[in-house]
Order: sequence, then structure tokens, then C-alpha cells
Amino acid sequence: MSALFTYLLRLADDRLILSHRLGEWSSRAPDLEEDIALTNIGLDLLGHARSLYQYAAEVEGAGRDEDALAFHRDEREFFNLVLVEQPNGSFADTIARQFLFDAFQLPQWKALMGSSDERLAAIAAKAHKEAQYHLRHSRSWVVRLGDGTDLSHDRMQKALVKVWRYSAELFWSDEIEDSLPGVAVLPETLRSEWQATVTAAIADATLTVPDTPSTLLSGRTGIHSEPLGRILAEMQYLPRMHPEAVW
Amino acid sequence: MVTEAQAWEVAATVVDPEIPVLTIADLGILREVHVEGDSVDIVITPTYSGCPAMDQIRQDIEAAFRAIGLGPVTISTKLSPAWTTDWMSPEGKAKLNDFGIAPPRTGSDEPILCPQCSAGGSRLVSEFASTACKALRVCQSCGEPFDHFKELR
Repeated sequence: MSALFTYLLRLADDRLILSHRLGEWSSRAPDLEEDIALTNIGLDLLGHARSLYQYAAEVEGAGRDEDALAFHRDEREFFNLVLVEQPNGSFADTIARQFLFDAFQLPQWKALMGSSDERLAAIAAKAHKEAQYHLRHSRSWVVRLGDGTDLSHDRMQKALVKVWRYSAELFWSDEIEDSLPGVAVLPETLRSEWQATVTAAIADATLTVPDTPSTLLSGRTGIHSEPLGRILAEMQYLPRMHPEAVW
Repeated sequence: MVTEAQAWEVAATVVDPEIPVLTIADLGILREVHVEGDSVDIVITPTYSGCPAMDQIRQDIEAAFRAIGLGPVTISTKLSPAWTTDWMSPEGKAKLNDFGIAPPRTGSDEPILCPQCSAGGSRLVSEFASTACKALRVCQSCGEPFDHFKELR
């Protein structure tokens, strides 16, 4: 596996898994507008994942296509953040997870727009436009729920505390990113902007930045939490049972 | 044999399946047409990354060429530079308004006009409406809800 291939999978898997989680809200969101918002954002993420998988498939050059990468890899071959595979929980849990990711992916795409890899820079330029309103959406909910009723404040705070333990992994990288200077973005360089975005929203929401320790996890090397296996079982069932199935 | 101008005309008849008053030329997603001998290559660019209409548009382009006995055509996707709503033609924006959808603005300080009564005051109900590219608003003058094709740039 080339470093570029692995790096593209790390980017793509975050989006695919999170988009699947958002899709699970379809017909279950608190109101119709939010149902549509969450699934729309999920569709955007799926679109970004597809662009990245298509490119990854070409880089690998082993005859696999985007579908093979999405549906015919096992848990240990997925390199997404443990954050994005966490179950939806309550609406506040989903918003907290989404907000931490949105605050990270916006500067990530922005930095990738300057990648010396032209294809990756083009995907980033496209995705960055959409990531802007994703962040606007999740941020506005953090503020609305935090600065809302006692109940919504309490639940938003608890949700933040719950996802906080997964936040350190956002900034983890290894020799894969190191070996792609100018092409990959070192996540550590995004930390200050992420912190500023998150801290400001939490303050606007009259909430408190959690002081729960955040452990370093290893989703980037294929070591996941239990829920990923269940997502893959559901997501991959049909294409694996009926490999020739088409729409 | 077909000229590039003729091939452009054919591709430009394909409409957006979600907003059938707009052709892909009006939308600004039909980017280039290349003809070499008998082979035609149509270059399109996606609007929103998650837009499910793109697959349909690809099939419709193929069908448009097949219907007049041309082809096979190849359809390539070009991501850069990324599509913005500023690429929508003035005719496209007018058609959108007549269809009942407020078109995207060129400058963000322009008012969003209600497509029903043309009043300028409206309230945002949801940034996400029937499709990813639209927001739902309510006119504060006539009280009608309407979709606004939101700006992307």
C-alpha cells in the first residue's frame, strides 16, 4: 500500500462512516427540517468520500473501484477516526460528534486546497465550500441547545463530555502523513484553529469546555471501537450477499 | 460526424431532474464538449458533492445522444475549478424564479425576493430544503413558504 493510498483512505473513511451515521437519522430526526438537514449533510459527506475513493482506487491501480473500497474491506482495513463511528445517541450526542468533526474538517479541507497533489486539491476546493455550511449548522445547534432550556443545556453539556474523549485522535498522525510533505496536511497544524472554533462556540452556548481526558485511539491504523463492526455489517450486507446487484 | 457546436446543442437539452426548467447549460455544469472523429466526450462538473441528480444527468446525456443516433459518448467529470452558483446563466435564474424558486444571488447583500410576490423580506426556516442546493424560507409579506437556491461560492 502506498502512503498516498492509505492517506486517501483515512480521509475517505471518516466521511463514509459519518455519512452512514447521519443517514441513520432519516425519518427519526426531531423535526422534518432537521431530518432533511442531517441527511443532506450525510449526502455531501458521501459525495466527498466517493471522490476520494475514486482517486484512491486509481492510485492503488489494483482493479478495485470505489464500491470495492467501501463495501469489500473489513473492519481492520478501515482507517477512520473512532469519533465518527460512535452511535448517534441522542440528538445532542449527534450534534456534539458532528460539531467536533466539522470544526476539524473545515480547516483540513482549506489546507488541502493548497496540496501539491492537484487532484486532492480539486476535491478539497469543492468540499471546502460545503464544509462551511456544515459547520454553520452544527455550531448553531450547539449554541441553541446550550443556550436553551435547562434540559437542553444539560444534555448538550453531557454530550460534549461524552465525545470529548475522542477528540485527541483528530490530531494524530504517523509516518504516512510525514512521508507526503506538501501533499498531506499534518493534523497537528489544525489544532489551534479547531480549538478556537470549539472554544468560542462553547462559550456562546454558555457551556463549559470539558476537562475529561482524551485518550489517543488508533482508528487511523485500523483499531476500532465495537460499533464500527455493526455499521459495516449493515452497510456491506447487501453488496456482499449480491455482488452483482445494480440499481 | 457531428461538430462540437452540434454536440453542445444536444447535451444542452438535458435538464436537471430535480428542477426540470433548468438545462445543464443554464446551471453551468456543462463545461466542455470534445469531438474526435465519431467519439464525443462531454465534460460536466458536479454542483453539490452529494447531489444524486448527477448520476441521472449522466444517463440522460447518454440517452440524448442515443436518441438521435449519435454516440457512444463518454462523460467526464471535472472538479476544478469548483462550480459556484455564479455560473448559472441569467436566463437560468429567470426560469428558476418563474418556477417558484428564488434564484441564487450574485452578491450576498442583495435581498432574496419572494418568487410569488417579489417582496424582499423573508425569514429562513431551514438551511436545508427539498434538495441540498435549496434553503426553505417564508415570505414575510405574502406569508408563502418558498425555496431559495442558496449561494455556493
